[in-house]
Amino acid sequence: MDALSTERKPLVDTSAIPGWGVDADPENDPTYPYRDRSKDDGLLFNWQRPPIQETDVEILQSIEHKTRPAVVGTSTPPSGLSGMIRRLAFRWSESNWLHWLLLMGADRINVVEGVAQDLSRGKVPNIPAEMGVRAEWQHNKKGLATKVAVLTAVSAGLFLLLRGSKPKPFEAQRKRVTPPEVHEAD
Amino acid sequence: MRAMDYRGPYRVRIEEKPMPKILHPRDAIVRVTRSCICGSDLHLYHGMVPDTRIGMTFGHEFCGIVEEVGPEVTNLKRGDHVLVPFNIACGQCHFCKQGLFGNCHESNAQATAVGGIFGYSHTAGGYDGGQAEYVRVPYADFGPTVIPDWMDPDDAVLLTDVVPTGYQAAEMGGIKKGDTVVVFGAGPVGIMAARCAWLFGAGRVIVFDHVDYRLEFARTYAPAEVYNFKEVDDVVVFMKKTTDGLGADVAIEAVGGDAEGNFLQTLFGTKLKLEAGNAIPLHWAINSVKKGGVVSIVGVYGPTGNMIPIGNVVNKGLTLRANQASVKRLLPRLIDHVRDGHINPKALITHKVPLEDVADAYHIFSAKLDGCIKPVLVPSTH
Repeated sequence: MDALSTERKPLVDTSAIPGWGVDADPENDPTYPYRDRSKDDGLLFNWQRPPIQETDVEILQSIEHKTRPAVVGTSTPPSGLSGMIRRLAFRWSESNWLHWLLLMGADRINVVEGVAQDLSRGKVPNIPAEMGVRAEWQHNKKGLATKVAVLTAVSAGLFLLLRGSKPKPFEAQRKRVTPPEVHEAD
Repeated sequence: MRAMDYRGPYRVRIEEKPMPKILHPRDAIVRVTRSCICGSDLHLYHGMVPDTRIGMTFGHEFCGIVEEVGPEVTNLKRGDHVLVPFNIACGQCHFCKQGLFGNCHESNAQATAVGGIFGYSHTAGGYDGGQAEYVRVPYADFGPTVIPDWMDPDDAVLLTDVVPTGYQAAEMGGIKKGDTVVVFGAGPVGIMAARCAWLFGAGRVIVFDHVDYRLEFARTYAPAEVYNFKEVDDVVVFMKKTTDGLGADVAIEAVGGDAEGNFLQTLFGTKLKLEAGNAIPLHWAINSVKKGGVVSIVGVYGPTGNMIPIGNVVNKGLTLRANQASVKRLLPRLIDHVRDGHINPKALITHKVPLEDVADAYHIFSAKLDGCIKPVLVPSTH
């Protein structure tokens, strides 16, 4: 089905509707003062558009837009697996949760891609510094000590858990399956 | 040039990046002199805003020196010191014509619900922001305003977002003389909303938060009655009791999705991110305002959904009003207020940090360390 036209066609002869507009009150405007409704031209895409920005950067666009806006941001175009997911997300409108959930998922994958990108450039990210550990040390030593202690305890616990679940050495297993001794009958 | 670089939730650093270029005839390149970290930047920093890409530069509250202008920018010249509204607005579309500069239809390809915002994810247009030495400013012939000679740049940089957002929060409340106004959130915007409520004639201003040093700041700066919501049994019952059982005339929500104060909201909104943030302040605002009252919302939430008692909005006959601040519309009035001493924006600034230390600045602000209310980044090129 074609999209409905937004042009103001005389769909209804309002003069034929008894009482049409008699209670229209210009003072009844919950958007005052942040919206100047006197400048509302109705549902018409009729403004003089700014010059259109030419770009060779990939710009994903909401399907709710009639046309691409005149200026666009060119930061960090979609790339990699996260970029593929972002492109997929833009098949759905902004009112569809899938659109946003896919974007959130892409954001998380993008974090891993960022680390991989750093490593591929020979750079090991200093994650504690990126998380502001220096400020934490300066202003919240107790909190930092608590975090370190918790992290250490969790790591140790995980280590012990994994160590405990390791397959036992072959010799130990063999003992378990050794058949019971058979005593000869007297 | 050096710029802030997002690496994932709770991780940012400084990177060497290419100099921004003029990409459109109405662009300008601005050398940043000051750039704030906004409370809403923390929503990005915490990974709560969809389509926040690794490598992006944040920062929508900045001022700086014009270095270069596109051929259609005739009202600015090289060397002008400008404050740059956080909204990227063309000034001529259907919405800009009506003064809705936060809702420009010609600046955000990725979404229609919000106009372009500097450094605020691709959901707000995918523009690199001002936490950098240089920044591209689209529609520079419309948005940036030359800082008056008499104005301190520390005041000017707060006119790009915090002051207009706080002011518009109070304005949207439709406050009448003598009204009781309750503000949820004692961050910079909440504090400013409380201050501005008096300008509209409020008779009583109450602020809720859970961070004592911020409440103390709000108590003296706004000034306001302040309460730590963790020290009252039930915020809504408390509000009813303190307003003769009726509720406040106006409630302002100035927290957004990073709120604290309710286990389920924190679990689903903040931790699991199944909601667009923790909406407990919005919940309190709806339930503690009186019947027929107004709830004004400036807290930033994500684009999905939130658990709020919408049935009570209907049953109480409330008016909900909300928007991103329309900075350009408000600037003339706010500049007058600063000149006349009605608002002292720079008093909010508690930390001035070199841009190079951006990771520490984010952590201090996010973790509410060292009495931080408002951190400002200063590039070494300034």
